[in-house]
Amino acid sequence: MNPLKKFEPLKFISDNIVTVIFLALTIIAIPFSRLSGIYILSNLIDRFARSAFLVFALILPIMAGMGINFAMVLGATAGQIGLIFAIDYNVMGIQGLLLATCIGVPLSIFLGWFCGQVLNRARGREMVTGFILGYFMDGVYQFFGLYVMGWLIPIRTREVMQVTGSGVRNTLALGPVRGGLDNILNLQVGPFHLPLLTFGVIAFLCLFIIWFRKTKLGHDMRAIGQDQGVSHSAGIAVDRTRIMAIVISTILACIGQIIYLQNMGNMGTYTSQRQAGYFAAAAILVGGATVSKATIMNVFVGVFLVHSLYITMPIAGKEIFKSAMVGQYMSDFINYAIIALALVLHAWRNKRNADLARAGLRGHADKDSALAAQAGAVQ
Amino acid sequence: MNRIKAFITDFGWPRIIIAIFLLALFISAPFVGVKLDASFTDVFNRFGQNVIMVLALVPMVQAGCGLNFGLPLGILSGLLGSTMAMQFGLTGPMGFLVAILITIFFGSIFGLGYGKLLNKVKGEEMTIAMYVGFSAVMLFSILWLLLPYTKPDLVMGYAGEGLRRSISLEKYWDKILNNFLALRIGSVRNLAGNLSGGFIFPTGLMMFVAACVVFMWFFLRTKTGTAMTAVGSNPDFARASGVSVEKMRTTSVVVSTIIGGIGILVYQQSFGFVQVYDAPLYMAFPAVSALLIGGASVTKASMLNVVIGTLLFQGMLTMTPSVINSVLKTDMSEVIRIIVSNGMIIYALTRKTKVTK
Repeated sequence: MNPLKKFEPLKFISDNIVTVIFLALTIIAIPFSRLSGIYILSNLIDRFARSAFLVFALILPIMAGMGINFAMVLGATAGQIGLIFAIDYNVMGIQGLLLATCIGVPLSIFLGWFCGQVLNRARGREMVTGFILGYFMDGVYQFFGLYVMGWLIPIRTREVMQVTGSGVRNTLALGPVRGGLDNILNLQVGPFHLPLLTFGVIAFLCLFIIWFRKTKLGHDMRAIGQDQGVSHSAGIAVDRTRIMAIVISTILACIGQIIYLQNMGNMGTYTSQRQAGYFAAAAILVGGATVSKATIMNVFVGVFLVHSLYITMPIAGKEIFKSAMVGQYMSDFINYAIIALALVLHAWRNKRNADLARAGLRGHADKDSALAAQAGAVQ
Repeated sequence: MNRIKAFITDFGWPRIIIAIFLLALFISAPFVGVKLDASFTDVFNRFGQNVIMVLALVPMVQAGCGLNFGLPLGILSGLLGSTMAMQFGLTGPMGFLVAILITIFFGSIFGLGYGKLLNKVKGEEMTIAMYVGFSAVMLFSILWLLLPYTKPDLVMGYAGEGLRRSISLEKYWDKILNNFLALRIGSVRNLAGNLSGGFIFPTGLMMFVAACVVFMWFFLRTKTGTAMTAVGSNPDFARASGVSVEKMRTTSVVVSTIIGGIGILVYQQSFGFVQVYDAPLYMAFPAVSALLIGGASVTKASMLNVVIGTLLFQGMLTMTPSVINSVLKTDMSEVIRIIVSNGMIIYALTRKTKVTK
C-alpha cells in the first residue's frame, strides 16, 4: 500500500465494515456484561495462545484463490486422532503432544492430498465442497473412533474406552498432556499468565508464513489466486500447487488443534473438530480478510475480536434479556451471521466490479449511469 | 451392451450401488427376523414425511441457483405457521389449513428477501445459502424464547414463556394426513380388540404428496416455469429472449421457500411433534442428498429424481438400523447415513456436468 495515499475514514470503514460491526457489538456488550477489564484481558491472552495457530491454517488457501478452507476440519480431525493415541499410550506432557503431532501430520498430509484432489474437481465451488467434505469426514471419523478403535486397533486405557466396551468415549479428558506446551515456559506478570513457548510457536509460524510468501511456491500460489488460466500458460502446475496449499493448510490445522486441545484439557471426541472450523472461519473474516485476501494482521485482529465477543456476549445477553439461553443463541447467531455477511459483501463487491468493468467496455464515460441504464434494461 | 454402459454412466455408479444395497437389505430382512410389512409401512411413512422438502429444492436447481442449502428459511416459516395456528387454538383440518396459509405468507416474505440476496451474490449461492440458513435458525432460536406465545402446552412449564423444545401435536392435527383413508392390509385384531401389525398405506399423505408433485410438474411447464428453466440452462440466452433473469431467480427462491415450509408441516403431522430451536439447522442436508441420489445434478432436477431419490434415501435410512443392528448388534446406521448422504453431495459437486449427450 502506498503510505502517501490520503487516509479516507469513510472508505476505510466501508472496506472493513465486517470488522467495524463486530467491534461495535463488542463495545456494546462489554458494559452490559459487567466484567472487569483485567478479567477480559487475561482471558483474551489465554484464548489467543489457544487458538491463533488454528486460524493461520486458512491463510494459504485464500492466497491460492480457493476461498475459506472449510475442509480444515480434516486437519483438526487428524490432530484429534493423534491425541487419542497419545492418551491411550499414556505419554505425558510435551512428549505426548509430539507423539500426537507425529501421528497427526502424516495423516493430515494424506487427508490434505485427498481433499486437494476433490477440490480440484470442484473448481468454482471449493468452499461449499470443502464444507460438505468436513461433514463426510465426520462420518469416516466416527466409523474409525466408534468401530475400528477397540476392534481392529485395541484400546489399552480404560479411561479412553466407552462404557459399553468398544470405541472411544464422547468426551476425553486430556489430563496427561494438559498444558503440555503452555506450562513449559510460563511467565506470571501480575494477574496475567503468559505462556511464552506457545507465543514462540505462533511467532515462528508468522515468520514461516512471511518467508513462505517469498518462496517459489508462495509466488506460484499468489499467481494462481490471481488467474488460473494465465498461471497455467506461464508454466505453473496449477493443480499441484493448489493441492500443496491445501496440504499445508491441513497440517497447520492439525497442529493448531493439538495446541488448542492441550490448553482446553478436554476433548469432545466427535464434536471439537467441527467447532475449530466454525471458529477459524469466523475469526479470519472478522479480522478483515476476504475470500480472496488475508494477512497475518487479519488473523490477530480477528482472534482478539471474536474472543472478546465470546467472553462478553453470553453474559451480556443474559443481563439484557434475563435469560442465559438468549445469550448463548446470540453468540451462535452472530458467529454464523458474520460469516454470511462477509461472504455476501465479498460476492456482492465482485459482482459489482465485474458489472462496472463490463459497463466500461461499452464505452460509457460515466460508469454509474451506464450501470443504471443497464439495470433499467434488465428490468 | 453399449446401451447398458450408457445407462450406467448416465445413472451414475453411486445410485446403482445404493439401489443394490437397499435391495439386499430388503431381501435379507426376513432372514434376520425383521418384519417386512412393518418395514414397508415405515418406508412409505418416511417417504411421504420427507418428499415435499426434497420437492422444494427443484425450482432453485432449475433456475440455476444451485442446491438450496438455505431450506431452513422455508422450514422456519413452516414453524411459524404451525406454532401460530396452535397459539390461536385451532385444531384438526382447520388448524392444518391455517398453518399452511400462515406458512405461505411468511414463506413469501422470507423467500423474497432471500431471493434478492442471492441475486446479489451469483456464483457463491450455495456457501452463502448455508450460512444464511444457519444464522436464520439461530436468530429464530432467540425469537422462540422472546415471542409472546402463551398457550400452556406450547410454552415451557416452569417459566411460562419461551417455546418448548418439541411440542406435541396430539391435541391439534397429529397424523391428519397419514390417517386420512389409511388402508390396513393383513392386520390382526389382538386380544384387546385393537388392530395391530400388517401393512398400513397412508392414503391421505400419498394423495397430498401426489398433489404437490403434480402441481410442481405443471408449474415447471407454465410460462413462468419454462422461463425459469431457461434462466438456469443459459442466463445470457434467456436475457436475450426477453426473460428477466433476476425476477425468475427470485420467483424460484420464493416457490422453493414456500414449498419447504409446507414440507415441514407435512413432516410434523407425520412425526407428531413440532421441533423448534436448533432442530432445523441441518435439515437441508438430507433433502439435498435425497434429490442427488435420485439422479439430479446441481443444475438439473425432475419429479422422477425427487420420488426415486426420496424412496432410496428414506428406504436406506429405515432399513439399515433394523437389518444391520440385528446382524452386527451395533447401531452403525448413523455413520452409514452421514457417509452416504455427504458422499453423495460431494459426488454431485465434483461431477463435470454434461452439456450434450
